[in-house]
Amino acid sequence: MADKILKELTLKIWRQKDAKSKGEFKTYKVHNISTGTSFLEMLDILNEQLVEQNEEPVAFDHDCREGICGTCSLFVDGRAHGPDDDVTTCQLHMRRFQDGATITIEPWRCGAFPVIKDLIVDRKAYDKILQAGGYVSVGTGGVPDGNAIPIPNDKAEEAMDAAACIGCGACAATCKNSSAMLFVAAKVSQLALLPQGKVEAARRAKAMVAKMDELGFGNCTNTGACEMECPKSISIEHIARLNREFLKAKFKD
Amino acid sequence: MSNFFTSSIGKKFIMSITGLFLILFLCVHLTVNLLLLFGADAFNAGCEFMELPVIKVIEPILALGFIIHIIWASVLTLQNQKARPTKYALRNQSKNCTWASRNMYILGALVLAFLVLHICNFWLDFKFGDVANETVTQYELVSQKLAQPVYGIIYIIAAILLGLHLSHGFWSAFQTIGFSNQIWRKRLEYVAYFFAFVFAIGFSVIALRFLIFGA
Ligand code: HEM
Ligand code: SF4
Ligand code: FES
Repeated sequence: MADKILKELTLKIWRQKDAKSKGEFKTYKVHNISTGTSFLEMLDILNEQLVEQNEEPVAFDHDCREGICGTCSLFVDGRAHGPDDDVTTCQLHMRRFQDGATITIEPWRCGAFPVIKDLIVDRKAYDKILQAGGYVSVGTGGVPDGNAIPIPNDKAEEAMDAAACIGCGACAATCKNSSAMLFVAAKVSQLALLPQGKVEAARRAKAMVAKMDELGFGNCTNTGACEMECPKSISIEHIARLNREFLKAKFKD
Repeated sequence: MSNFFTSSIGKKFIMSITGLFLILFLCVHLTVNLLLLFGADAFNAGCEFMELPVIKVIEPILALGFIIHIIWASVLTLQNQKARPTKYALRNQSKNCTWASRNMYILGALVLAFLVLHICNFWLDFKFGDVANETVTQYELVSQKLAQPVYGIIYIIAAILLGLHLSHGFWSAFQTIGFSNQIWRKRLEYVAYFFAFVFAIGFSVIALRFLIFGA
């Protein structure tokens, strides 16, 4: 089936020269976009247009363009990663838009993710949370024999689901409280479920939550918006586990 | 336990425990109030029960529960506002979470406003006014108030607002203390809607009864 052509689209895009300057929305038009085009390719087309007109192209983050690196952080038409559920922006296609539509594109808005330029934000805050405890530091020896460590299948599955997190930041970006709980929960859960990670579960939960609070993320009120926007469908059941791990650790102190 | 109460999950824990405690109070409150539907004797007898020493001990704890819930809610909400200094120009939240979950503070504040009115309406009279002086019975006071359309309607609206607060709050409180997983989440959500419905309808029915049939 041949792709349809969107004759004209109006793009309202946030432009900001650098971290210090005040940004503003600029409006652009793009023409004859095939519905098979990905959202980022559409932005590439706009940028070629801008370069030809001797204008500064729009800066946006991207790398793998196949939904695995988590860098393509765009807030499109009021939703993280745009109108589709369970995808990153690079997996969003223009068939989701109508001809003649106006599309609003903003960077993540979250105090802990400051804008660096245009649509690019600094997500080092998530790295800092990981550095605070998202690792295993006990000696686990060499690679063990396949079935030497018994792990129940449901635990393995849950840990694997949590491990799917790509650190994209959509959870905090979409949360009305700018809370990073889904990200932190995914990391804490993934490790707490497995024997190698369990040993340090208490210390990890406390350290990661403390870092998250210190970096100025908000307090979770269980709205569940994060899991709806998470491109990897991480469930807020992991947040319940994080709460459990954290409270257990604190009450033991 | 160091800095437990300043950590985000610690603060949430306080919200959860006080919230659940307030729900417990609502259960007792609704039960006694429903006696209004069974006539003056039943309700007045229910009010006698509320004079028992146990209840006297619980009353200040209840007030404290409210105060803590409200203060912590305000602190949390303020911090959450600050966590996003620049707001989005366009937001489409109806796609990813319920209206009640987004508006807990507004719903709570409206319930609080009602609470002030409610205390002026009844509690003061029960403790220090006409009921205490035995010039009217509890039943007379309540039924005459609720038969006035303004009050009847305000009480119904407040019951619905409270129901909305709990449609999210009840489930949320369990999630906060970590009591939820794939199976329990659905169950708790249903129980939350059930509680929200019972409180909203229960309190409304009482007001409706007096609105329609008079004191
Ligand atoms: C009878 C009255 C009330 C009951 C039964 C009640 C119950 C609850 C419950 C069970 C929660 C969930 C706690 C959690 O998520 O862990 C909650 C949350 C909340 N309540 Fe109330 N509440 C009442 C009154 C109020 C008032 C008067 C206010 C504020 C002015 C308020 C503001 C809030 C806010 C902002 C939240 C969300 C905070 C959060 O989830 O962390 N509530 N309430
Ligand atoms: S939990 Fe989901 S939304 Fe949050 S960073 Fe990980 S993949 Fe992105
Ligand atoms: S560019 Fe890698 S996930 Fe979108």
